Amino acid sequence: MGLKQNLHSFKMKNKDKKWLPAFNALFTFLYTPNETTHNGTHIKAADDLKRTMNTVILALVPCLIFGIFNAGYQHYLALGEIEAANGFLGASFWTLDNLLVGAATVLPLVVVSYGVGLAVEFVFAVIKGHEVEEGYLVTGMLVPLIVPVDIPLWMLAVAVVFGVVIGKEVFGGTGMNILNPALTIRAFLFFAYPTWMSGDKVWVHGAVERAGTPDAISGETLLGAYAQNSSLAGIDYWDMFWGLIPGSVGETSKFLIIIGAAFLIFTKIGSWRIILSTLIGALTMGLIFNGVVELGWIGESSKFYGLMTVPFWQHLIIGSILFGAVYMATDPVTASQTNKGKWIYGFLIGFISIMIRVFNPAYPEGVFLAILLMNVFAPTIDHYVVQGNVKRRLKRVKVKAA
Amino acid sequence: MGLLSKKDTKLITDPLADNNPITIQVLGICSALAITAELKASIVMSVAVLFVLGVGNVVISLMRNIIPSKIRIIVQLIVVASLVIIVDQVLKAFAYELSKTLSVFVGLIITNCIIMGRFEAFALGNGPWKSFLDGIGNALGYAVILIIVGFFRELLGSGTLLGIPVLGDPIEKTGVYSIGYENNGFMLMPPMALIIVGLIIWVQRSRNTDLIED
Repeated sequence: MGLKQNLHSFKMKNKDKKWLPAFNALFTFLYTPNETTHNGTHIKAADDLKRTMNTVILALVPCLIFGIFNAGYQHYLALGEIEAANGFLGASFWTLDNLLVGAATVLPLVVVSYGVGLAVEFVFAVIKGHEVEEGYLVTGMLVPLIVPVDIPLWMLAVAVVFGVVIGKEVFGGTGMNILNPALTIRAFLFFAYPTWMSGDKVWVHGAVERAGTPDAISGETLLGAYAQNSSLAGIDYWDMFWGLIPGSVGETSKFLIIIGAAFLIFTKIGSWRIILSTLIGALTMGLIFNGVVELGWIGESSKFYGLMTVPFWQHLIIGSILFGAVYMATDPVTASQTNKGKWIYGFLIGFISIMIRVFNPAYPEGVFLAILLMNVFAPTIDHYVVQGNVKRRLKRVKVKAA
Repeated sequence: MGLLSKKDTKLITDPLADNNPITIQVLGICSALAITAELKASIVMSVAVLFVLGVGNVVISLMRNIIPSKIRIIVQLIVVASLVIIVDQVLKAFAYELSKTLSVFVGLIITNCIIMGRFEAFALGNGPWKSFLDGIGNALGYAVILIIVGFFRELLGSGTLLGIPVLGDPIEKTGVYSIGYENNGFMLMPPMALIIVGLIIWVQRSRNTDLIED
């Protein structure tokens, strides 16, 4: 009781100070505050915003840990210093060396993401005099997972400031944002510094600084390779599933993402409707493309041939569509709110993701663009679903009255 | 201020800030987004609009009593179009490269809402001297925003100002590029111009809360 009581009386003493929201944020992070409501009946639920956010973070932690090991693994693998790991529990994967290299490259991303993002949140809370909102907790965790390992830290910092201010604070903070802030940050990086967000260098730690030297190494993402119509000899589908491939930090391991998804669905934090319909949408588009190839409408000379021939189910294990579907599309603020709307919203995300992926080789990963696009349309979808319900009920009333 | 009375001064200074055609009336956005990737283009565009709006306002104001109100839009269009053609020809003759960069947007000054707006709202009801000041004032208000946006977009997007490299050479890695700085490609795209205009509006309204309308 001691520390909590002291902190509480400290808070009471400084009630009218401008920096109090900053203090409150840290205080409520550690303890449930003493204030209780005095009148009226209130619904009591344990899953407040902080609990929700923490659940998502818990679901993300396996991806982060795997991403750390994978960063080191890809680094040493590209250098040729270790054998390829066979399967998820491969001997050359879960090693101390991999952990050290990975931690040294990935943890700074996490620190910058949280440090800069929370600083912006604190500044806005103090200026506007409201409490610090917890919305950034998940965003700050997502950001390091969706960028390449070797992205310069200052770029990440600039992007985080942009994403939090333009993507969220100008709309009124957590709960009011139209766009998913983490994806806004990625979109900013992608359009501002395209050389650091695509190509065959940034995905493996150390590749950029070795470029042009005899020690040069490279590691393309699978989508990058497909988009250039190059063959993918020697890539095992199980490697894609377990995640032993180059890619953004946290999105490679489909296995862990599925576990995370199960956790989110079980705790009722993530919407299974969105996740499922996104996957259905992606598979549908993949099937359409496969059909087009089978009918012979498109020849081998076409630049879309490489990606169009990818069997439809493989679209789910290459690239980050699963990660997007589970952690990004389900963001409760930016997604559709109605159940029917969620089906439409998710389906279109999957559908458009694969379409962008195949048709635009300059954007090998279309998932983030598709989700941002549908974020914009989510309120419209909801509007029409609600209006549809209203109309149907009015009709029912009329029939009764007549 | 012997030359200008207090009222006349207001005609020029008002559109610069509190009644800015871009940030307050939200007119002329298209050209503000399209040509501000370079500071030079922004300046030339501003000068062109200054000329067209200043002269056009005077011409319309002189004719205001003889224009039949049924066909006034057509008359206004003819005045704007002739002035724009003059600007276009001058640019092609003396600054050919620049007229290439501005391309169709010089011609599109005709459709710039600021110009038709001022003709309709001011020149048709006021004398030539006042109309002239009003035209100059609004064109300067437009220019201020264009130049601010152009300044930031060129500086952060290409690392140059008026075509002169100020941040060092991105290929040779001199200046700030030697410590890892890179140009922001997003700045060169029109969405960023919209965001910068938005930020200007934000700053302006938080400094002067009277401007916030509900």
